[in-house]
Amino acid sequence: MDVVQLQRQLVDYRASLYHEAFLDEQFTQLQELQDENNPDFVVEVVSLFFEDSERLLNELTKALEQQSIDFKRLDAHVHQLKGSSSSIGAQRVQKVCIAFRNDCEEQNVEGCLKCLQQVKHEYSLVKTKLETMFKLEQQILAAGGSVPM
Amino acid sequence: MAQSRHAVEKEQSTKITALVVDDNRINRTIHRRLLSNLGIENEVVGSGKEAVDAHCSGKKFDLILMDMEMPIMNGIEATRKLREMGNRSMIAGVSSRSMEEDIQEFIEAGLDDYQEKPLTMSKLISLIRKISLNG
Repeated sequence: MDVVQLQRQLVDYRASLYHEAFLDEQFTQLQELQDENNPDFVVEVVSLFFEDSERLLNELTKALEQQSIDFKRLDAHVHQLKGSSSSIGAQRVQKVCIAFRNDCEEQNVEGCLKCLQQVKHEYSLVKTKLETMFKLEQQILAAGGSVPM
Repeated sequence: MAQSRHAVEKEQSTKITALVVDDNRINRTIHRRLLSNLGIENEVVGSGKEAVDAHCSGKKFDLILMDMEMPIMNGIEATRKLREMGNRSMIAGVSSRSMEEDIQEFIEAGLDDYQEKPLTMSKLISLIRKISLNG
């Protein structure tokens, strides 16, 4: 595939991520913060998101396995995940976190378990999508092209 | 947007300094980048208590971006304490909290402004302009 085709593929792929609500306007804001002085800013922030999310999802899983669930602690973790996902524009993850917080407040165990499954699913999807997007960007750069904004 | 950003950078004849107070490292990273892109020197802390400690150590900032929900000491408590100690920075609450009463309590603690998360360049520029106007 030549550079122009790769660039077109990237633009279309990015558009689909917004269209399917995997990403929202906040991700565009992140891209606008990237410049020649900080060329890897988006990848760096998204990598932090991946690290934090995986840690938080592990904590949430452990918390919900306890005999006596600490809903305050659970809510604190969901709050963090909601904040991180909102900050990078991971809209679908953020939306599930909002529902998750409601279930924590109501101490609804079944609701929380459902939300945990949903948020793991949405996180897995957005992670795959973002990794695919970054791979495309790398392919364009390797082929001597520039990444379209 | 690039033009507004440029104008803000030029307007600053003296350097504005800022403190980012947020327990979430992604938010800290993004807010730092936003501030740096405007040429604003900045530091970060991870809790309201650390913000109060920074004030007690004699550090002065023109702008404090204060998150609301934080462990150890939240933004409401930290803002209240800073004002009690005579802190005169512009304190802007930055939070994703949507409950009116929570935001009201935050404002009453001593905020100069409140912006809903996520913080964007245009929101930050409006805060910086306020500092410039107030001198």
